Amino acid sequence: MITLGGPTKRVRWRVLNDWGVRVGAIMLLIVVGIAFFGSLLSSQSPYETAGIPGASPGGGHLLGLDFEGRDVLARLLHGGSSTIILATTATIVLYVVAISVGLLAGYSKSVIDPLLMRGVDVLLSVPSLLVMLLFITGLGSSKPVLVLAAVIVLFPGAARIVRSATLEVSTRGFVEAAVARGENTVAILRREVLPNIIPPIVADLGLRFSWSIILIASVNFLGLGIKPPSPDWGVMISENLVTLSSNPWAVIAPALMIGLLIIAVNLMGDGVVRQLGTSGAGR
Amino acid sequence: MHGATHRTTRVDLRKVPVDGRAKWSTVAIINEPLALDDVALKTSVSSATRHPILGFIVRRVATGVLTLWIVSILIFAATNILPGNVAEVVLGRNATPGRVHALDVRLGLNHPMVRQYVDWLFGILHGNFGHSLVSVALNQASTSVSSTLLSPLLNSLILAGLTALLLVPLTLLLGALAGVYARRSLDHAISIPALVLGGLPEFVTGTLFIYIFFVVFHILPPVTDLAPGQSPFTDPKGLVLPVLTLLGVALGAGVRQVRAGMSEAMQRDYVQYARLNGIPERRVRIRYALRNALAPSVQIVAQNLQYLLGGIIVVESVFAFPGIGLYLVNAVLARDTVKVEAAAIIIAAAYTLLNILADLIVVLLVPKLRTAQR
Repeated sequence: MITLGGPTKRVRWRVLNDWGVRVGAIMLLIVVGIAFFGSLLSSQSPYETAGIPGASPGGGHLLGLDFEGRDVLARLLHGGSSTIILATTATIVLYVVAISVGLLAGYSKSVIDPLLMRGVDVLLSVPSLLVMLLFITGLGSSKPVLVLAAVIVLFPGAARIVRSATLEVSTRGFVEAAVARGENTVAILRREVLPNIIPPIVADLGLRFSWSIILIASVNFLGLGIKPPSPDWGVMISENLVTLSSNPWAVIAPALMIGLLIIAVNLMGDGVVRQLGTSGAGR
Repeated sequence: MHGATHRTTRVDLRKVPVDGRAKWSTVAIINEPLALDDVALKTSVSSATRHPILGFIVRRVATGVLTLWIVSILIFAATNILPGNVAEVVLGRNATPGRVHALDVRLGLNHPMVRQYVDWLFGILHGNFGHSLVSVALNQASTSVSSTLLSPLLNSLILAGLTALLLVPLTLLLGALAGVYARRSLDHAISIPALVLGGLPEFVTGTLFIYIFFVVFHILPPVTDLAPGQSPFTDPKGLVLPVLTLLGVALGAGVRQVRAGMSEAMQRDYVQYARLNGIPERRVRIRYALRNALAPSVQIVAQNLQYLLGGIIVVESVFAFPGIGLYLVNAVLARDTVKVEAAAIIIAAAYTLLNILADLIVVLLVPKLRTAQR
């Protein structure tokens, strides 16, 4: 069990001092800054044709033109926010679902637990992208569907983690004491259990968020998510493969942005796990 | 992407409790208790005492079939959530009430949903995957989905099989090397690229490979250009980049986990005692550390093989490799529900099969789990 050994403040300080967390945070700030505020700097339109399709950098176009002759830099600066917003929304929603399901399953000590967990098992026994594609086939590829599909794919793993932690915490003395005091279940879950299952959830957060980015960006890349002509990094990579030889920047630049974003999140996530892990009481 | 499960899942064998309940590993890596505690749960006392392995196989296959059945409901339900009239969509502007009805009858769409599901399921059990909606719409002579599945399936098997052949030994070798030389330069030379590659999505790695090997060096083709029915082996150059991309992502994830297991084993007391007993270092590493690190590693490798089944969806699309993944994506793009369902159930079946094999291998390697009693 990962516990916050010692005063919480010290752990927080250690996490903030971890090199991975620091480097990751700086990278993340840069990428997110470009994604959300870059469009303010861009003087050109991400939609209007500005010259010959696939033209190399030059003539006021720092990254050249894309397969339809649009300015790559403008599209790059406008194309980051969509994936980041969708992935963030999905991550928030999935934790709400996972915490509810995990607490219910872990604390119920009744038939609810095996029922919920077998459902989770089924969802985990199919490749995640496959499940996303199935829901997109059935419901179309609007933004709410993308979020919903990502949540369905990603919550089971988190629910398992919450359940295991809940099982562990609910056998502790302070929970039993609360039960003996006659407190109601909701209050026990909120005041006694929930604060004590936060560390494993925090440790899981980084990876879960990076999966969420990967899934949504992949769906966009496959042409099944955000639709052209919207500028989106995943969409840009696939649509500009045709002009890869004449202007590779139209592909490389968005690929690097997505790559940096994911590496940043992973660095931070790993750093948090490292610091929480070494403070574990059992080690 | 990818099989979401393979990335963090790291089952810590020492922590697999006898009571079958998952507990938190003290190790920093998150424990999403996967197969192992299930294995312990499912192996009941009676069968465990008589024919432990046989009983396990029977149970595991039974749960596998059950899971697959539920997955088939999920597949059918997800692709048919919206009660839109398929016949109208297929016929488009040519839709007259008479034609719509005729097509409904032909495709069996006039029946209630449950009946359609049952018909679909029994069709699949007899090798009949139904009629392609797009082919029906285009009035093509052959509308059977089954006949279109074989060639992509074979191509994907070749792609995944080749990758697996390289993946398994490389994961174990690189992971063990990095673990033995933990925190030294050889470890960094292996672990840092693994960290980067393992985290990136396939389409980023794939397009970067295309850029390097096609645009810059002109040595490999950017797409796998195969005529229908043509074997991928006739175009070996076209196979290199898809295999390399799959390998990169899967290796990245696997190597880190095997490394963690190996470096932990190297610090255990039995390794110290073996050294103090004067056993040569080489022997200590192989006989003592590696052997103990191997059982969890097999689990990791098995999960990586499962990952390949999800990974091919994107990788085949990047390289236009005519396999089941590209087939699936094209079917989704064309909203050809019947084709989507066919590809989905095949991928899910292969996934379940690998899951069972993985559990079986782990149980064969770890005798403790065979007799785990509740």
